[in-house]
Amino acid sequence: MSKTIIIIGAGLAGLSAALQAMENGCDVKLVSPFPSERAQSVMAEGGINAALNTKDEKDSPEEHFADTIKAAGGLADPNAVWGMTQAAPELVHWLLKLGVLFNMSGYDDVDLRNFGGQKKKRTAFAQSDTGKQIMTAMIDAVRQKEAAGTVERFSHHSFLTLRLCGNVCSGCVIRDEYSQEIMELPGDAVIIASGGMHGLFGNTTGSLSNTGEVTAELFRLGVPLANGEMIQYHPTTVECSGKRMLISEAARGEGGRLFATKDGQRWYFMEEKYPEMGNLMPRDITAREIWRISQESEVFLDMTEIPKEIISDKLSGLADDCMTYLHKDIQTEPVPVLPGIHYFMGGILVDEHHRTSIQNLYAAGECCAQYHGANRLGGNSLLGALYGGRVAAKSACEQAGGVNLSCAAQIDIPSAPQIAATKQLNKIMQEALGVVRNEDRLLKGIQAVQTLTGNLPLLGSAILNSALARKESRGAHWREDYPKRNDRDYLKTTVARFDGKQIQISFVPIPERR
Amino acid sequence: MVYKIRIRRQENRKSDRYWQEFEFDGSENSSVASVLNELNSRSPLKDNSGNIAAPIGWECGCMVRKCGACAMLINGLPRLACSTFLNTLRGTTITLEPFSKFPLVRDLIVDRSILFENLKKLNLWLDSEAYMNPWTHEPRYQSARCLMCGCCLEVCPNFHTDGTFAGAIAAVNAFRILNEEQEATHKNEISAEYKEKYFEGCGKSLSCHDICPIRLPVEELLVRSNAAAIWGK
Repeated sequence: MSKTIIIIGAGLAGLSAALQAMENGCDVKLVSPFPSERAQSVMAEGGINAALNTKDEKDSPEEHFADTIKAAGGLADPNAVWGMTQAAPELVHWLLKLGVLFNMSGYDDVDLRNFGGQKKKRTAFAQSDTGKQIMTAMIDAVRQKEAAGTVERFSHHSFLTLRLCGNVCSGCVIRDEYSQEIMELPGDAVIIASGGMHGLFGNTTGSLSNTGEVTAELFRLGVPLANGEMIQYHPTTVECSGKRMLISEAARGEGGRLFATKDGQRWYFMEEKYPEMGNLMPRDITAREIWRISQESEVFLDMTEIPKEIISDKLSGLADDCMTYLHKDIQTEPVPVLPGIHYFMGGILVDEHHRTSIQNLYAAGECCAQYHGANRLGGNSLLGALYGGRVAAKSACEQAGGVNLSCAAQIDIPSAPQIAATKQLNKIMQEALGVVRNEDRLLKGIQAVQTLTGNLPLLGSAILNSALARKESRGAHWREDYPKRNDRDYLKTTVARFDGKQIQISFVPIPERR
Repeated sequence: MVYKIRIRRQENRKSDRYWQEFEFDGSENSSVASVLNELNSRSPLKDNSGNIAAPIGWECGCMVRKCGACAMLINGLPRLACSTFLNTLRGTTITLEPFSKFPLVRDLIVDRSILFENLKKLNLWLDSEAYMNPWTHEPRYQSARCLMCGCCLEVCPNFHTDGTFAGAIAAVNAFRILNEEQEATHKNEISAEYKEKYFEGCGKSLSCHDICPIRLPVEELLVRSNAAAIWGK
C-alpha cells in the first residue's frame, strides 16, 4: 500500500513536496487554510536563482554555491546548499516544461537579471511576478493529481497539533475553518510547509496568513528552532495599509539607484561606499546602510533612469503597485524607502534531508532553517522552497513510517491566539529586533514577552533569547554592543529548545562539507 | 475624515443576518482592508450603538492585490478590499457585504470552493510538456495572473453556483493550457468540457472584463480560448 504523506501548507514548498511525493509513489493529503492562490509564494517578485549561464559570463553552480554561503555568513549547511545550487538549472528547466512564463531572451534562452550579492546574472524571472507565475504552473500540475485522486486537498483546514507517540509522529489534527469541526488525520509522515513566522511581527512584507502558529505549536512540543534571530530586513520597503510593501530587488537589478541628501545634493551612498557592487550589495548590508542614513536623511530609490521598455517588459507589476499604493509614477519620481522585515532565515531545525527532531516529521520552505544561514540571497527563496519541498518529500517517501499503532497518540490542542494579545506581542518583537540590536532592548523584550501567555509569545521568546545569546554581529543579526563577527564562538547554528518548562539556547557546529 | 462602515454580519450559515455600523476616523487614502484590520485591532470592538461586537470575519493575505483573498461587495460592487481606497468611493458611508453568489461561511467570508472545482472539471492541466510558443507569451502570462478571487463570477448574469456554467475564470485560465497542450486527446477533452461549461453558457455581457480587479484582458483571453477550443485555432 502506498504511504500517505500529509503536507501542511499549499504554497510553493508544499506543492513541490506534493509533486515529488507523487513521483515517489506516495499519496498526498494537502492541508491549508487557504487555496494555493492565496499563499505567500505568489508575492515573490524578483526571481529564482540558477546558474544557467545564458549570458556568457562563465557562471557555474559552484559560484552560486560560494555566493550563497558567503551571504549566509557561513551558517548554512554546505552539503544542502551544494545540492540546491547544483539542482537549480535543472529545476528552472523543469519549470519551463510546466509552462512557467519566464522572460526569455532570444528564441529559447531564459533571460537572467542581476540580483544582490551576486556578480553574475543568475536570476531567472517572470517580469516582477515570478512567484505568481511559478505558482500558477505548479497549481495546474497538482490539479491533475487532484483529479486523479492521488492528491486530496483539505482546503480551509488549519493544522492544530501533531499526533505523537513519544518522539514518533503518526499524522496530525486539523480544524475545518468553515465548520469548526476538528478531525484527526493519520499519515505515515507530515511535511510542514507553513511559511515564515511573519505573524510574530505583524508588519512584515509577508502575508498576514503566515501567522507562525504552526511553528509555535511544534516548538511547544519540543521541536527545536534554529537561527531564530536571523530575520531578513529587505532594504527597500514602504509603509502600506499597516504593513510593509515590498519594492523588489529587481528594481535595483535593472538599474534603480539608492540615494539620500548630503550637502544639499543627491548622495548615491551605496555606489560611493561599495564601488564594485553598489546598489546590489547583499540585503543585510544594504538594509543597514539605509537604516543608518535614514536616521538623518530620507532615503529614496530612484528608478527614473531605467529605460521605459525595461519597465514595461520586466517591472510592470512593480510600477503598477507603486502607482496604486503610493500614487507614484516610478518613471518620473523617486520613491522613499526604508528596510522592513521580509524573510525568516531561521525556523524549524532540519538536517540535510529536511528531517526534524521528531521521527516522520519533515519541514521545507520558509518555515525551516535551511540554505540561507544568517542572510538570504534574493532569488534563493523560491529556489529553496522548490528544492527543499522535493528533498523533504523524497526523504519522507523513502524513510517514513514505522508507526506504532498500538500507541494511542497524545493530542493536546493549543488555544487560539487573541488579536489584542498578538498586537502586544508584535510591538514587543518590533522594538527588540530591529535592524540593529543590543542587550538592553533584547532584555526588555524578553521581560515584556513573559507577561504574555500562549504559543506565539513562547516562540517570540525563543527568538529573543537566541538573539541575546549570539553575542556577535553576522548577516542579519547586528549587535551594536558586539559589532564584530566572532567565528571562534559563533560560526554555529543557534538552537532554541523548549523542554516543557523553559527555553534553552545552545550553539551547534555547522556540518562539514563532504 | 470620519466614515461610517456598514457591515453585513452573520455568524454562520444558519444564524440571522444583520447590519452593524462602525465609525472609522482616518485617512481617506486608507484601503478598505486596512479599515477592517484597524477595526479588528480595537479591544474591545464596539459598534456605533456602543455594543461590544465580535471581530469581523473576513479573509486577507497579501494586502497588495496579489492573492485575491479579500474579495467582497463594497458599496454593492465586487472588489478587493486591499485595493479599494476610501477616497475613490462615493460618500462617507461604506457598505461591506459578502459575495451573494457563493455559500456564506461567516460575515464577509464565503465558500469559493466551486471556482477550484470547476477548473478541475475542465481538465485544466498540461499532459504534455509546454510548447513555449513565443508569439503567445503575453496572453499566456496574463492568463496565469488570474487571482481566482471570484469578482468576475459575482457580477456575471449567467453564473450560479448550482448551474454548470463555470464563468470567465474558466475561459481566462483555459487559454494558457489550450495554447500549450500538445497532447491532442487531452486538448480535445478540454475543448469539449469548455464548450459545455463555458462557451454555451456565456451571454457576452462582458461585465467580467470591466470588474476584474487586476485589469486582466478578460475579453481577449475568452476570445482566444473560444478560438482554440471551438474553432481549433
